[in-house]
Amino acid sequence: MPEADALRLPRGALDIARVFNRMALQGFGGVLAVAQRELVERERWMTPAQFLEVLSLGQVLPGPNIINMALIIGHRFCGWRGAAAALAGLLCLPLLIVLLLAVLYRETLSQPRVAGALRGMGAVAAGLVIGTALKLAGSLRHNPLGRPAAAGIALVTLLAIGLWRWPMVGVVLGLGGASVAAAWWRLGK
Amino acid sequence: MNTLLFGAHGLDSGVLLSLFLHFGMLSLLAIGGAITTAPDMQRYVVGERGWLTDAQFTASVAIAQAAPGPNVLFVAVVGWNIAGLAGVLATLAGSLLPSTTLALAASRYGEQYRESRTMRAFSAGMAPLTLGLLLATGWVLTAPVRDHWGAMLLVPLTVLLLVKTRLSPVWLVAMGALAGALGWA
Repeated sequence: MPEADALRLPRGALDIARVFNRMALQGFGGVLAVAQRELVERERWMTPAQFLEVLSLGQVLPGPNIINMALIIGHRFCGWRGAAAALAGLLCLPLLIVLLLAVLYRETLSQPRVAGALRGMGAVAAGLVIGTALKLAGSLRHNPLGRPAAAGIALVTLLAIGLWRWPMVGVVLGLGGASVAAAWWRLGK
Repeated sequence: MNTLLFGAHGLDSGVLLSLFLHFGMLSLLAIGGAITTAPDMQRYVVGERGWLTDAQFTASVAIAQAAPGPNVLFVAVVGWNIAGLAGVLATLAGSLLPSTTLALAASRYGEQYRESRTMRAFSAGMAPLTLGLLLATGWVLTAPVRDHWGAMLLVPLTVLLLVKTRLSPVWLVAMGALAGALGWA
């Protein structure tokens, strides 16, 4: 994992568009796992903690998480042009591909082999999201809430959203609000 | 040509506007990712308006899942199936414009006050919640494959390979597709 001093910077808006495009084209069943790998491990534009911070913002804001993250990251490095470049890189080619598939689509997707392949890809997509969470969990070490409390909050969130299916807005405002308040208090000590 | 541009229903601009507005409203309610809006989208375009059948809606989501790129692109396929390219424009712009405007505003605010105690407390307090949400998303994504034990074996295998090796996620997805096509998943 890169530390803050080993970070690199994108070489302008075009570079941002290139990386987000490469990311999107590898992102089957979600771009997040690829984003973590490309931005943190390969390009080294951000630390795991910074990635998690942007992801938090992207999740709290309404709208697609990865789009929000792209705008925030692009904007942070290159202002409006960076944000536009990240968005264009993320959307342009995948949009063409998905529309092409929609046009070609007849009965293809219901054939047993294709359905099986989609199921396998879906299972891997689930594993990728879980694995990405585990990779990012290391950055909780330095969390001002302390490791046990942070792990507890993560666990309660997992149960509330994943198993009990509580509404997201309530969990984010209630538990998230309490957690942010606790962090605010700890940071002041 | 008209079918390509405006789809089979020949929807007029008033209808396209309501499509745009409805998707825009949903996008502002979508905390936790685009896919969380799918149930209400289905209620609107299938149940209330009758523009698509249930099977067409499900297929639209499946097509987007099979293609690379952000999950939100499933709204483009829904738009395409309702009203051709004009529908794509309505659903995609609706899903993106309100939330991107808000994200950019929040991004500027966040950068300005990045070192403030409030922003640091926000990042620190939200970090464990965000990880919990990711784990929950992973769990919810396993829902369609839970009665297929082969596919369920792929989930921990993927986690292990992602965390312990330097393999790119795209290879893991290819492995899943191959296993599924061979009937193992």
